[in-house]
Amino acid sequence: MATLRDLQPGERGRVVGYVTDHLPSRILEMGLLPDTVVELVRLAPLGDPIDLKVRGFHLSIRKHEAELILVERL
Amino acid sequence: MSGSCHEPVTTVSALDGQAPAIVRRVALAGNPNVGKTTVFNLLTGLRQKVANYPGVTVERKSGRLVGHEAVEIVDLPGTYSLNPRSIDERVAYDVLVGRMRGEPAPDVVVCVVDATNLERNLYLVTQIMDLGRPVVIALNMMDALAENGLELNVDALAKRLGVPIVPMVARKGQGIDQLKEALLRGVPLPSPERRWTLMPAVASVVETLAQHLGEEAPDVPERQRFFEALSALTSDTLLDEWRLRAPRFYKAVLAARQALEARKVPYRQAEMIGRYAWLSPLVAEVLRKRPDARERTLSDRIDAVLTHRIAGPLIFLGILLLIFQAIFSWAVPFMEAIETAVAWTGEQARVLLPDGFLEDLVVDGAITGVGNVLVFLPQILLLFFFLGLMEDTGYLARTAFIMDRLMRRLGLSGASVLPLLSGYACAVPAIMAARTLDNERDRIITIMVTPLMSCSARLPVYTLFIAAFIPNIPVLGPLNAQGLALLSLYLLGTSMAFVAAWVLKTFVFKGESAYFVMELPPYRAPQLKQIFHRMLERAKAFVTRAGKIIFGLSIVIWFLASFPKATLDPELLAQRQALEAWYLQAQDSLRATGAPAEAFEALEAAYQKQLFPIIDAEAAQQIRQSFIGRLGHTLEPLMRPLGFDWKITAGIISSFPAREVIVGTMAAIYGVAHAGENEIILRDALRADPAFSPLVAVSLMVFYVFALQCMSTLAVARRELDTWKWPAVMWGYMFALAYLFSLLVYQGGRLLGLA
Repeated sequence: MATLRDLQPGERGRVVGYVTDHLPSRILEMGLLPDTVVELVRLAPLGDPIDLKVRGFHLSIRKHEAELILVERL
Repeated sequence: MSGSCHEPVTTVSALDGQAPAIVRRVALAGNPNVGKTTVFNLLTGLRQKVANYPGVTVERKSGRLVGHEAVEIVDLPGTYSLNPRSIDERVAYDVLVGRMRGEPAPDVVVCVVDATNLERNLYLVTQIMDLGRPVVIALNMMDALAENGLELNVDALAKRLGVPIVPMVARKGQGIDQLKEALLRGVPLPSPERRWTLMPAVASVVETLAQHLGEEAPDVPERQRFFEALSALTSDTLLDEWRLRAPRFYKAVLAARQALEARKVPYRQAEMIGRYAWLSPLVAEVLRKRPDARERTLSDRIDAVLTHRIAGPLIFLGILLLIFQAIFSWAVPFMEAIETAVAWTGEQARVLLPDGFLEDLVVDGAITGVGNVLVFLPQILLLFFFLGLMEDTGYLARTAFIMDRLMRRLGLSGASVLPLLSGYACAVPAIMAARTLDNERDRIITIMVTPLMSCSARLPVYTLFIAAFIPNIPVLGPLNAQGLALLSLYLLGTSMAFVAAWVLKTFVFKGESAYFVMELPPYRAPQLKQIFHRMLERAKAFVTRAGKIIFGLSIVIWFLASFPKATLDPELLAQRQALEAWYLQAQDSLRATGAPAEAFEALEAAYQKQLFPIIDAEAAQQIRQSFIGRLGHTLEPLMRPLGFDWKITAGIISSFPAREVIVGTMAAIYGVAHAGENEIILRDALRADPAFSPLVAVSLMVFYVFALQCMSTLAVARRELDTWKWPAVMWGYMFALAYLFSLLVYQGGRLLGLA
């Protein structure tokens, strides 16, 4: 199963679940919830963090957290 | 009705509801970067009061509604949710539920919402609606909505939410009259039934808990209970609050959590899932994408350049250099002007006041103290101008995005870059700039290590001792030994800042996981008026809060250097009397012969020339016999292992308010105070003293790399952290580093036979 970290820049995915129950709740509040479509827009110049487009806005999280979010590639 | 609006929008979707009470207190809530401050400024007309909430560093900004003095508007910190994790969120939560000390719950909550980012903004709105208070939405950025090719049915949105909406373009002032009108007319309560649904397994538990809460804490308004019970179930911070206030409820929540966990119900996600499940289709229904809408907005295209793999860091570097240049050199003429003005004021006061204690207190104590505060203003204003520009445009978030990986390695976060680098100019504005860090752990660490960056006040100390003791010989290409020495001092401080950050992260804040979840807001044109307003606010806060401490300590140090009054050498007194007598006599004889003005000037010059060495000698006797001089003697045994004699020790003590003061103190001790700007005389005096050697000079400079010889830094850290604990730790660890490294340098050097 792929995680958000595995997406390539420009690729979209649909959130299907999480690796752990202890995800920072800020991530959930920002709307990265099951069934949400996410686009990985780009990586930061040093490769981390990543820039996501979710629910029409840009959200940046670290790969460390992106690894915890399971996605299905679209 | 369509929201594609270039002309002012006037829709106020009032809904039927109970007759509203008279509005006295309005709270302004909303996500960060939605123009909340602009709306606040429009409502209050910039006449604002800034205070602190009791016990926390969060600022309480309030003002009176323009034309309606009876209505108070409180600007809450920008938050994404009411599930408090940061202090900002906590304050917003406490104010909204009426639990902030001395602050009754608001009569109306205005939620400022970014129309181009509805889903996430409405998340907070639905939480606030659950508090059962009248809510009105100020739907901002209506113009950007149209630019992005989106059409919004505002009326339908208001109906579906059950909350009145005022469409606005706040930066153009559009919609503000309608918002004011809505507030004054009164805002109805949202309907009592919740429109979103919690997953049934969790909902039933929360209903039961809400009942418990109502029985045990009947003062919690009935309509607020469900939200409070849900918050307690999902947030440890909020649950903790009930431990003493409602112990049975507290235990019931713990039991409920256990039961839900046993059944594997994801109750911590239930609230987010429930609210978004209601909002997503709702927004899809009222928001229409025009067929000509671009896939990539202008903001996306700007980002492609500014966060580009190669161009991004280069542009950031360029901007940093510009800011650096500004604080380092553009501020200098203004600082010099302030110093000149302070010196001039001192001279005027000397003329007006009779000689003696009062004169010295006013001029050397008070006026110098005021100068010590004011001299920071140019750098503070400039840094906050750039910071405001970066924040307003949305670029600040990108700098954190670009730098995060590098800074994380060092124990900091991407958002620490700007404060840290500003520390090269001056730690005072740099520490104030650390406010942009929303993670409390990162903010504290950043503040704690910023003073290790070699600030501009260390430069006069470095240059004096380098020029006096480091030979000007070429080492490598254009680099000579002096330049190399200076570079090494900067590198020493900077690398220690990173080590200190790592130590704090690893040992002091261990276990506290810091994550990085940051919005990259759309780029927007800056609003200069607002930036200037914020600059002035910062400057005022610095002068009034940190200024008091700096001023007070300046007077203390003046006192220690001026008392007890020295008993002057009788020979020196005789010399002075003889000189004065000679001067008066010569003047009389010139007058008698009717000599031209030039002759008087020549006499005056000759007199001054002979007077200066006497005054310098008097000053040297004064400082040697003062409390500071005596302290220098007393503490000499402690500093001897570092190679410092009593004179250097006294210099260090006197420079506690500000590092560069040591230069003046040394000049006074060596009796060359009137050499003034001419450092060569002081340099020669230092070289001539057998107590000094290149090794001692290096040890002293290393001491100044580390020691926190700057009360302004302490004062501002105290203000920003709202405790003396951290500033005390800061001073202590930096002194320990200074002592240790100077000891190593001096003793190591002696072992190598360098002394």
